[in-house]
Order: sequence, then C-alpha cells, then structure tokens
Amino acid sequence: MSGTAAGMRSVVVEREIPHPPDKIWRALTQPHLIEEWLMRNDFEPIVGHRFNLRRNPKPDLNIVVDCRVLVVEPNKTLSYTWTAYDLKSVVTWTLTPTSTGTRLRMEQSGFRPDQKQAYGGASAGWRQFLANLEQVLTRID
Amino acid sequence: MTNAQDVLFRTLADPTRRALFERLCREGEKTVGALTARAGVSQPAVSKHLGVLKQAGLVRDRHEGRQTHYSAQLGALAPLIDWTSQMAGFWQSRFDHLEDLLKRMDQ
Repeated sequence: MSGTAAGMRSVVVEREIPHPPDKIWRALTQPHLIEEWLMRNDFEPIVGHRFNLRRNPKPDLNIVVDCRVLVVEPNKTLSYTWTAYDLKSVVTWTLTPTSTGTRLRMEQSGFRPDQKQAYGGASAGWRQFLANLEQVLTRID
Repeated sequence: MTNAQDVLFRTLADPTRRALFERLCREGEKTVGALTARAGVSQPAVSKHLGVLKQAGLVRDRHEGRQTHYSAQLGALAPLIDWTSQMAGFWQSRFDHLEDLLKRMDQ
C-alpha cells in the first residue's frame, strides 16, 4: 500500500505462480475462467470494452462492479477500470516470466472523492462507515 | 476480519451504544446528563456504554468542573473505512482461487 498522490492510494498483491504467463493470461481474460476465480462477467480483451463483474454473495445482495478495458498486451499487461460503490479505481495485472513460472502482480490504485471528508465531517464519516460496513459484510461469503 | 474490526463491530453491535455514538457524531460534544436525557436508559447505564465506547477509542472524554463531556472520535473508524485494507483481503482470496483454477487447468 502506498500513496502516490494526494488522496490516491493503492493495493498491491504479488505472487510467484508456478505456471507460464500464457496460461495465467487465459485465466485473466476468458470469461468462463474469470468467473471461476473472480466473478461472473462479460469481459472481452478489447481496449475500450465496457463490462460488469457481478456476484450474489447472499440471495438479497447483488454486487456489480463497472469496468472498462484500458490496456491489453497479451501475456504481459492487462488493465481495466474498477468502479464500485464510491470507489473509482484502476486494476492492473502485470505478468513477468520467471525460471519457474510467472511473477503475477495486481495493483489497484484508486481515489475516493469523499475520502478526505470522512474524518472532517461527522455525517460524511458516518455515511461512509455504513457503506463500508456493507462492503465488509459482502466479503464474508 | 482483523482484531481492530472485531472490537469496533462488537462495540457498535449494541443498539443503545450505537445510538449514543451516532448522536455524538451528529451533534458534537455532549455531557453525560445531556445524553441521558434522550437515551431511554439510566445515567449509570449511559456512563457504562460510554466507557465501552471509550475503550474502543470511539469517544473521548473531557472533564470540566463536575461535568464530563464526551465527543466522537471518527478516526477510530479507520479500520472499517480504509478501502485498501478491505481490497487487499479481497485480492488475496481471489489469488488463492486463481491458483486453484490454474492447478485444475493442468488436468
């Protein structure tokens, strides 16, 4: 996690994976495979393509993430916007071949417009708390 | 869920306690007496709830003469508000699923 600019923050997850880049690329870009590890989707590896990621962790809870493809460099880089709730972010996948497979890096950088006010205004902070409580609950699936 | 989140959820799970905290968020600093007047419970009960909120870091007290004033500490909600920590947990679990899938793709 690092701050790159005022109000801008990012999450980085990086792993050495014992599989070649082209195979990981398939899992990152083929809708039926994406669904198996991420969410239901209508992804297409075309720059500018808009798609949704969806899941129903509970019967009455429907999560939809709005996305748009930004970068497609087969077996190397995949990037798309990720907008959900009040979080606008960009998710970038980077695949680097290693002697044993691939170093896979995911960086999500984002900016939440009301982030600053969360600590300044009581009502904004409270509203955000509830929105985030909802997000935390959706993770318990 | 982290320990800090456990404490916050446990503390705010009680409706009376949550109402006291919400009121301090909305209306700013209040004395125990002022909070009791609209809490629907006795002053010792209000004091006890405020003690629990204070332990969780959700309120701060300030003594002035014989009165104790309480105010909300919104910074204590940071473990819940920080989207980066939430998403980090989300992505770690997705990476686990991805690795499982890659193993299955071999077969």
